[in-house]
Amino acid sequence: MADPRAPVFTPEQLAEVRRLQGLYPDKRGALLPVLRLAQDVFGYVSLEVEEYVAGLFELSPAHVHEVVTFYTLFFQRPKGRHVVSVCHNLSCHMLGAKSIIEHLRTRLDVEVGETTADGRVTLLTVECLCACEQAPMMQVDDRYEGLLTTEKVDRILEGLR
Amino acid sequence: MAAAAVEKVFTRNFDRPSSHTLTVYRETGGYTALGKAFQMQPAAITEEVKKSNLRGLGGAAFPTGAKWSFIPKGSTAPKYLVINADEGEPGTFKDRYLMERDPHAIIEGMIIAARAIDSHLGFVYIRGEYVKPWEVVSGAVKEAYAAGLLGKNIQGSSFDFDIVVHRGAGAYICGEETGLLSSLEGKKGWPKIKPPFPAIKGAFGSPTIVNNVETIAAVPHIINRGAEWFAGLGTKTQGGTRLYSVSGHVVTPGVVEAPVSVTLRSLIYDHCGGIRAGHRLKAVVPGGSSAPILTADEIDVTMDADGLKAAGTMIGSAGVIVMDETVSIPEALMVVARFYAHESCGQCTPCRESTGWIYKIAHRIVEGKGRKEDLDTILDVSKRGAGTTICAFYDGAVGPYVSYVEKFRGEFEALIPHEA
Repeated sequence: MADPRAPVFTPEQLAEVRRLQGLYPDKRGALLPVLRLAQDVFGYVSLEVEEYVAGLFELSPAHVHEVVTFYTLFFQRPKGRHVVSVCHNLSCHMLGAKSIIEHLRTRLDVEVGETTADGRVTLLTVECLCACEQAPMMQVDDRYEGLLTTEKVDRILEGLR
Repeated sequence: MAAAAVEKVFTRNFDRPSSHTLTVYRETGGYTALGKAFQMQPAAITEEVKKSNLRGLGGAAFPTGAKWSFIPKGSTAPKYLVINADEGEPGTFKDRYLMERDPHAIIEGMIIAARAIDSHLGFVYIRGEYVKPWEVVSGAVKEAYAAGLLGKNIQGSSFDFDIVVHRGAGAYICGEETGLLSSLEGKKGWPKIKPPFPAIKGAFGSPTIVNNVETIAAVPHIINRGAEWFAGLGTKTQGGTRLYSVSGHVVTPGVVEAPVSVTLRSLIYDHCGGIRAGHRLKAVVPGGSSAPILTADEIDVTMDADGLKAAGTMIGSAGVIVMDETVSIPEALMVVARFYAHESCGQCTPCRESTGWIYKIAHRIVEGKGRKEDLDTILDVSKRGAGTTICAFYDGAVGPYVSYVEKFRGEFEALIPHEA
């Protein structure tokens, strides 16, 4: 993983930044996609990453900071190798989200918002992920996992290395 | 499960293998509406959509053709078409199905709409959490480019249109159309004061139409089969079938396609198998979490925009959350109040302050620490703030705040200590 404290994109990554910027009538439209790219490359969006990205857009670091802190998918601190986000909105709540969250807290030995000591999993609760037909459900990295039971959660956790 | 035979429009391909591919889409008549649209004058396309009585299926139920006609005539500014795929209203998941199973209907609808409003650049704004929908839509856009359905001189029509698939980064407010445009412009998703409406001054300062995924997916069908056919599927004031996302305590939750005139009772009992065994219906949220709640004896209403309005609630995004007797309404209020407190963008004082305040009150009531004035405070704070903010977010929060307390007041009072 590239160093989030001294962030520099490779030439290929910079070419991707230019491509993304060229898709919009004003290159600033590419700010969210480029921040996502930066997070993928550097692990999280540190203040240094914000300043670096601001430079690529000729924006103030303050503007980029305002954007980063507005959205839930940007991490301002290192996250685990896997992120488990449990929906706790209405349909999931009605179908047992609370017990799923309790089970994950116990199994991972973390509070919601924390990362396991070995850096394996960050546990989050999130608002509706719009998969209520599979309630209770959660997002594990890029995929949705629904119709959760504690047994199913255990199987999913075993697959996370 | 004796649902009357319903004409499948949006879902006709959902169960077909590889329904997301260009090949399968074409096998079932895909992109034939586009050929027709290229033979029509742009104004005639808008007129056809007006006559179809298609109304926005994202939440506001605004007539789609009328929206398109607000683009200033003769304007030489670039015009943008933005598809709102930032599905986020709690209880809603139908756009995810459309993106994963019928992405070419969205693309074809976009090209037709673009011709109608003279746009040459469109965006699909997909919520950041939706990874698979983003992959499938991006793949379909690539296929469409390769087949000459996007880009320059589409199918020899001399019409150019490009699509950029844009990903959000996690914020419910970006489903509000002007918040979405702020976000698309690389800013935090703060809604903008209207007027000017996006059709006059939208994305990047140019005239912009924002349409929901399902709304735009209806367009090829309307062009292919005619406005009268589509209008005839619905009520006098709203055409078509639509997708209902049904979740909660029904036997078979999922996406249901039905005419907009279907009753809520029929959706629950005919289409979704009724309430799970051994339980009984208590309440239903008919249109996503922002829609005022209905009690078990209020479900003989039609699920069109005007039918639900007359019943004192709203169709919103058609996310139907069905609750049986195991649900504590005060707890449900705490859950939705937490959501609105978390998602308020913080721009307008009444919303920023009240959503946090009401969450705190709901939380303490559930914990058995409520005060006797709390319920009146919730109602007072709700009603004072409604209608005073830049966007409809706070009005949406007031829907559950007021209706949960007014319709289930006894349940709240039972949790509040008498000496409080």
